[in-house]
Amino acid sequence: MPTKIEVKHVGKGFPADNGRLEVITDLNLSVNDGEFVALVGPSGCGKTTLMNIIAGFLAPDTGAVIVNGVPRNGPNRKGIMITQQGSVFPWLTVKQNLLFGLPDELPNRDALADEYAALVGLKGFENNYPHELSGGMLKRAEIARALVVKPEILYMDEPFSALDALMSLRMQNELLRILAKEKHTVLLITHDVEEAIHVADRILVLSPRPARIQASFDVPFAHPRKLSSPQAQALRVAILKELGVEETV
Amino acid sequence: MKGLGQALPSVIVIAVVVALWWALVAVTNSAIFPTPWGVVTGTLELARDGTLWEHIGASLLRVGAGFGIAVAFAIPLGLWMGWVRGAFVMLNPLFQILRPISPIAWIPIAILWFGVGNASPIYLIFIASVFPMIVQTTVGVHTIEKRFLRAADNFGVTRKKLFLQVVIPATLPQIIVGMRIGLGVAWLVVVAAEMIALRSGLGYMIIDSRNAGNRYDLVIAGMIIIGLIGLALDGFMRLLEGMKIVRWRYAH
Repeated sequence: MPTKIEVKHVGKGFPADNGRLEVITDLNLSVNDGEFVALVGPSGCGKTTLMNIIAGFLAPDTGAVIVNGVPRNGPNRKGIMITQQGSVFPWLTVKQNLLFGLPDELPNRDALADEYAALVGLKGFENNYPHELSGGMLKRAEIARALVVKPEILYMDEPFSALDALMSLRMQNELLRILAKEKHTVLLITHDVEEAIHVADRILVLSPRPARIQASFDVPFAHPRKLSSPQAQALRVAILKELGVEETV
Repeated sequence: MKGLGQALPSVIVIAVVVALWWALVAVTNSAIFPTPWGVVTGTLELARDGTLWEHIGASLLRVGAGFGIAVAFAIPLGLWMGWVRGAFVMLNPLFQILRPISPIAWIPIAILWFGVGNASPIYLIFIASVFPMIVQTTVGVHTIEKRFLRAADNFGVTRKKLFLQVVIPATLPQIIVGMRIGLGVAWLVVVAAEMIALRSGLGYMIIDSRNAGNRYDLVIAGMIIIGLIGLALDGFMRLLEGMKIVRWRYAH
């Protein structure tokens, strides 16, 4: 598979009271086309900063991000970011939110918006405002708004962390169902190792600040995955160990 | 029924105030200060000969004109100042100096510039209501949550779409708050402005009633009508807050 995203020697720091806070130093990673990669790491390790750099919202101090062989230069619609807080516009209806990213001159934009609302299970809610939806439905709307513009990459920063455990699990399954239909490259940040094992093809463990890639784990299990299987549990223990959490099974 | 129950205490308070007023006039045997009933008959008298409606119409027309011009001026300017840092830095100090000057202080200048016709009170209303609306609109743009601007950036939409579908609707709740404040001060100022000159309007009616033979029943009638119309205007602005497109900001 060709390489989709290449992060080369990326470093980033911020001014702090006592000089400079190095958040990321010399970080390298690559993501293949169509691959689902999860980044896990201790909180405050710079995951979000890294994601913002890869998605183009933040420029690195050193190094470069190369997407499709071209150096990344600002965000664009080929890679859509979904965050924990969400960014569905509360003043637009679900349908209007879906239409937002579609160019006005696109002839079938209306049908496309309806199609993606239905894909995420929001048929019948197209004309509702976000404040009339539940947390899970709002997430679905956000995912539909991202997918309708046919992005190549999804950047997901703790997308389901604000949901309760049951809804989070449901949304993970929903995401897998949608991704099975449309093959996207996905980069997911999560603090939840089980979530990562449940959805990702590969899991990268980040070190404490300044962040580097500390370890990489392939997740070779076929979908749908059973987290209770011995192999999955062994993987979980190994990842937790990298994160500094010793646990006996 | 629930609304009725909620309104009951306030109705009682008003009834008590009116009763107290009536009792005090009766006890002191005042020759000038009217009873509530005197105010009612005075109001009916004015309503019947049509002058009351002329005064109300004149005041509302001036407020409509002054406030309308202020809205047309303040909202685009506020959006510009909110969005373009340079515009804010350049204009904000001037507006912050002009804003605390009472519109009443502008009266001599308004008369000098515009004479004693309709233009003077319209100008005063404009001056009074334009600054709160500029300030609220600017604040509205400044407080747009970054995640929304970032999402717009992510989808790479045109500048026009960014303004029409993100910046303006995100600011709209603050714009409406500004309009509510603006209309409130506009109504305050029209009465004050009409007291100075002119031959019509509720402010003129109050001063004229006093000058033309101490008709204090009509003075108080004018005051109460001003209060009621002010309440109605505010109620009208509050209807705007109920629009679905801005409900996200006020709900919860």
